[in-house]
Amino acid sequence: MERSTLDLWVGLFVCAGVGALLILALKVGNMSGLNVSDTYQVYANFDNIGGLKPRAPVKSAGVVVGRVAGISFDNEKFLAKVIMTLDKNYKFPRDTTASILTSGLLGEQYVGFVAGGDEKMLAQGDALKLTQSAVVLENLISQFLYSKAAEGDGKK
Amino acid sequence: MMSKQSILSVRSIGHSAIEAVLRLGYATRFIALTLLHSGTSFRRPRLIIRELYFTGALSLIIILVSGLFVGMVLGLQGYQTLQTYGSESALGVLVALSLVRELGPVVSALLFASRAGSAMTAEIGLMKATEQLSAMEMMAVDPIARVVAPRFWAGIISMPLLAAMFSAMGVFGGYLVGVVLIGVDEGSFWSQMQSAVDFREDILNGVIKSCVFGLAVTWIALFEGYDAPPTAEGVSGATTRTVVTSSLAILGLDFLLTSFMFRGV
Repeated sequence: MERSTLDLWVGLFVCAGVGALLILALKVGNMSGLNVSDTYQVYANFDNIGGLKPRAPVKSAGVVVGRVAGISFDNEKFLAKVIMTLDKNYKFPRDTTASILTSGLLGEQYVGFVAGGDEKMLAQGDALKLTQSAVVLENLISQFLYSKAAEGDGKK
Repeated sequence: MMSKQSILSVRSIGHSAIEAVLRLGYATRFIALTLLHSGTSFRRPRLIIRELYFTGALSLIIILVSGLFVGMVLGLQGYQTLQTYGSESALGVLVALSLVRELGPVVSALLFASRAGSAMTAEIGLMKATEQLSAMEMMAVDPIARVVAPRFWAGIISMPLLAAMFSAMGVFGGYLVGVVLIGVDEGSFWSQMQSAVDFREDILNGVIKSCVFGLAVTWIALFEGYDAPPTAEGVSGATTRTVVTSSLAILGLDFLLTSFMFRGV
């Protein structure tokens, strides 16, 4: 085979391969999505995180503003500590409420932010004081049963 | 009488075990020699380019076509199942994750083993049978540096590229069936896919997998060819063994790698 034809084919092959990798990274994967370039980290303590997983989205008003970077157990407060990475473009007041919500009935869990009224903004390493835990179905049912039972007692 | 037979059968087990260990040792020495003599093929990249043409560029058609069809079948089957849960919009996630994590690396490695690996074994085995390798040695050309090492590196380079092309083509096939043919919403197809597929966790792990498969397939193919008995029967047996052994190696390695990479959080 001619040398130049060989080079042409191999060149085409390598270009197609690298192109396929780029397509996978940009179109299929989330390389083009939220970048790690400009972020800051905040953390929050929750009584119960339910099924929250690392890399779950942090949303405010339905818009993704960051991701959960890590989840650990705080052994002094006996609470779950959730570290979140937020995009620098989004600033939140210091009295923002973080709650763990579920998208849809069986969907993934995410952290929802509701902005407060404080004039100071959250900065790197700050803690969110106001949190709301995930809804645990068992607790909900037992609460319902207790309240039903209490109603029954009242009627007697 | 009975005891003599049982002794014989135990002996044959021992014989085959020793044989297997010996061959493993030969194979390890073979790959060590290949790595040691790889310098020549990097100083003369033309050797690698030639082999890239034969192992990579000529495998393009089969990889692209089978990737397209695997993706289309995934689209159809995935839609059938997801539809019963009313979550057709997750079709993109299903197609992309199963291709990038598993099917892309594994199926393209199986195709690579049967298309390029068998050819490598047959070529080297025939070179040995017709004493071309000995002739090279007589001319003070090291056959490992001249014949084996370029093929080895070409295999390792082309395997991840082929797997990436397979996955990209498969995603396109899934898109064709899911969005164009069935009519899943295009926006949710892509956006759910993009939010679920992680570059480092999924795509990079797929690339690592395909590199490992490339190494395993080319190692097995080259060693079987180099070790083949120099007869017509020997070469044909070695070619068969290449396909069987490397397919089993791919599937076994895939389980190992998957259990390390995707253990779930």
